Amino acid sequence: MISAHRPYTLVAELTYRCPLRCVYCSNPLDYTRHDQELNTETWLRVLREAEELGVVQLNLTGGEPLIRSDLEALIAEARRLDLYTNLITSGVPLTLERLRGFRALGLDNVQLSIQDVEAHASDRIAGHRSFARKLEVARWVKSLGFPLTLNVVLHRHNLDRVPEVIALAESLAADRLELANTQYLGWALLNRPALLPTREQLDGARAVAAVARDRLRGTMEILFVTPDYYARFPKACMDGWGRRFLVISPDGLVMPCHVAHTLPGLTFDSVRGRALTEIWRDSPGLNAFRGEEWMPEPCRSCDRRAIDFGGCRCQAFHLTGDASVTDPACSLSPHHAIVEAARGEADDVAARTLDLQYRQPQAPAAAG
Amino acid sequence: MISPTSRPRLAPKVRVRFDRRGQQYMLLYPEKGLALNSTAAAVVSLCTGEHTVEAIVEHLAAKCETESRERVEHEILAFLQAMADRGLVKDGS
Repeated sequence: MISAHRPYTLVAELTYRCPLRCVYCSNPLDYTRHDQELNTETWLRVLREAEELGVVQLNLTGGEPLIRSDLEALIAEARRLDLYTNLITSGVPLTLERLRGFRALGLDNVQLSIQDVEAHASDRIAGHRSFARKLEVARWVKSLGFPLTLNVVLHRHNLDRVPEVIALAESLAADRLELANTQYLGWALLNRPALLPTREQLDGARAVAAVARDRLRGTMEILFVTPDYYARFPKACMDGWGRRFLVISPDGLVMPCHVAHTLPGLTFDSVRGRALTEIWRDSPGLNAFRGEEWMPEPCRSCDRRAIDFGGCRCQAFHLTGDASVTDPACSLSPHHAIVEAARGEADDVAARTLDLQYRQPQAPAAAG
Repeated sequence: MISPTSRPRLAPKVRVRFDRRGQQYMLLYPEKGLALNSTAAAVVSLCTGEHTVEAIVEHLAAKCETESRERVEHEILAFLQAMADRGLVKDGS
């Protein structure tokens, strides 16, 4: 077996800048604190060091990675290192010429986000007129011979349209469709009352996705990510803390996931001053929740501790104020009532109008 | 369905690379990787759209002294069908 702590995937968050303002953006609320972006040279070194550590998959993401003018240099280096490179994009600032260039440089896959199946609803969630452009980009991607992944974040306002989402993905000849229920962290947690679906909606969408998965087997891969608010057990978040994924923020912090720098009391090292290989091994932040030593009950004696690793540390913190407790999404968690209450609220507000907070730069929080 | 007369080829989204750390070949595709043992790697290297499954079986059964041809055929068909179900192998025939 391969060693437990080997990063296979590097998630390179190149920038937090983005033309969209999605109401469930997974960037931190205080993203503007991390606006001192790494330069090209540092990213190139990071790619080489990541490959040495065992990374074989590279996700170029953000924010909107297309905003970086050095994307070409990074794709070329990734190809030289034989990494499988995936561009995760809103598609908005893309041109056909640039995409053609990416193809020649060896980009492997394009993952495009769409917010809904028609312009008005999609643009409302994105806070930007972008839907028509996204469809155009999807067609460019396929016409150039790239595999296309469509990613659609699901919530109460589009879950009932999963059949149409699947039809749209088929019409665009997507190779992979990610039906990703919202993870309630960051902006999504702020907007949870407006976004959390009912169980009926979720069950309906899941059933539709299962039928489509069978029908399209071998043609289009369909992934349905269950929201853990409606699961009995939590997700194996990032396949366990600091085990298989490396996430690097735009300003160079090396993290186990894209939200970990919102947890107080943890120290994450920057690639600016240190080699990634050393950071992966020695970082206090990465080591904080590796293994099972840190686990409280009921995780510590639970049969599932090596399956879900106690769930999501960020969710534990953002719901309870303590990152080291069992993820409240777990039905065995002593804090599970928080999640049950949110579900109750979802049923209650079923008739309420949409009141959303768009992603925007926030004023610095008051001390204390 | 993959049959003995299929001519499997890797899907365009798939890349194969040698993994120095695991000392084995890996099949890479969006968001995932699959470590290949030496037999699987040999099968994958013949998935070019030129060879039939039958020919691939012939080739590998000749090299394998410990297992019967039937057994080798059964395993290769099952492997290729699983790959086809994931969209990693297409039937080029």
